[in-house]
Amino acid sequence: MDVVFDHLGQILAGLGVTLALAGTSFAGALVIGALLGVLRLLPFGVLRATSTAIITIVRNMPLLLVVVIAVFALPQLGLTLPLDVCVAVSLMVYFACYIAEILRSGVQTVGMGQIEAARALGLSDARAAITIVAPQAARSMVQPLGTMFIATLLSTAIGSIVGVLELSGVTRLLNVQYAEPIAIFGTTALIYIALSLTIGGATGWLERKVRVTR
Amino acid sequence: MTEVQLFEMRGPKAARTRRIVNIAGLVVILAAIAALLAGLAAAGQLDPALWAPLLDWGAQQFLLVALGNTLIAGATAIALSIPLGAMLAAARLSRSRVLARLSAGLVEVLRALPLLFVVYFFLLALPGLGLRMPPFWQLVGAIVLYSSGVFAELFRAGILALPRGQMEAGLSLGLSRTQVLLRIVFPQVVRALLPALISQSVRVLKETTLGYVVSYPELLRRGQTLGEFLSGSFLQVYFEIAVIFIVLNGGLTWLAVVLNRRMGRTRTPRAAQSARERVPA
Repeated sequence: MDVVFDHLGQILAGLGVTLALAGTSFAGALVIGALLGVLRLLPFGVLRATSTAIITIVRNMPLLLVVVIAVFALPQLGLTLPLDVCVAVSLMVYFACYIAEILRSGVQTVGMGQIEAARALGLSDARAAITIVAPQAARSMVQPLGTMFIATLLSTAIGSIVGVLELSGVTRLLNVQYAEPIAIFGTTALIYIALSLTIGGATGWLERKVRVTR
Repeated sequence: MTEVQLFEMRGPKAARTRRIVNIAGLVVILAAIAALLAGLAAAGQLDPALWAPLLDWGAQQFLLVALGNTLIAGATAIALSIPLGAMLAAARLSRSRVLARLSAGLVEVLRALPLLFVVYFFLLALPGLGLRMPPFWQLVGAIVLYSSGVFAELFRAGILALPRGQMEAGLSLGLSRTQVLLRIVFPQVVRALLPALISQSVRVLKETTLGYVVSYPELLRRGQTLGEFLSGSFLQVYFEIAVIFIVLNGGLTWLAVVLNRRMGRTRTPRAAQSARERVPA
């Protein structure tokens, strides 16, 4: 266990990188995902097809392939970014496509009857989308978005492959140096489990709080 | 359920708006694609000299073997984690409190760790503890551990979604709980969950790229080797690998959609459908 206590600073720094990567990636993924999702809901064929194509392509690619391509291709396009930024960008794009799907199924749960009722009351389509559909859809999206945040957090581990020293990277490094697998891997595992359970618990609480009982 | 249409857009005025937005959108998208291609061309990445080696049969054969390895690793992982997941789900729903708690805890832990972290554990920690295994099992073992947790949750949701009457009818016919589970519950659950099981299989196939880390010669690992060998055709090889994955997984996803639609016509428990939608990335 001494290894863990002696290098607590290093482990906590790794945790910091993991949290920062997860936070920025998920925030970016929310923005891009909302954009892709909205484009897919708008009644313009070209925009809808483009969004669908991007989502289909990215969702069927392995995350590691996206990361490797980003790390290799972005500098070729004249964008020389630090490695952690490359990883963050990849995570953003990758999870944005899943978030766009969550948005879509969130809207689907509202049901056509609500929209028809809104139209019958004389609301414009845009108004109905904002005041009737969006609040209901948002509530049903809490749980899947929480799951997606956990997935993003866990996926930041991919960064260690291209040399970002986040939690898994630090674990690997310490284990190579000190070869005390049980203590080192055990500690990191506990941190990951604590993070997942916290986020899971928080979203569960939020979901119960905002749930619509139908 | 019919697709929700948020916007109606009827009438001549709406048709004109739609046409204008579509044309403007097309221009923007084509401009973006052109800019991307121009950037790649400026970097010399569109040079035919970088793409031509890919047409070589030897290079294709090299990737074909890699594709085979990817498929073998994926299929093995799926074949092992489905029964394991089913067992974990059955244990979690068993009447024995201890067994249920144990299984629940295990599933939570398995799902709360990054797959790559588990791969590192197999690659770096287990040999230190005296357990050495070939790269194939370092990769597949890690995926199986992780994936059986996901399958367990799927099966549990599917079992809970099945009407209680099925279980009760089986029991009242004098079957044991195990018999009911195996012969009445599971066949129906598997049928209802087929699309979700396929989606999870797509995920497993994508995860085999972590073979890159344990030096298992799957598509990404071999792709990198090939890129090095062809002295710098990395982007081109990665492009081909991306196309392979998109076609492969796109086909599987399409199969899931078709099955889903076909089952939509027959009786599918509503909760099983929502369970299906809950499968995370």
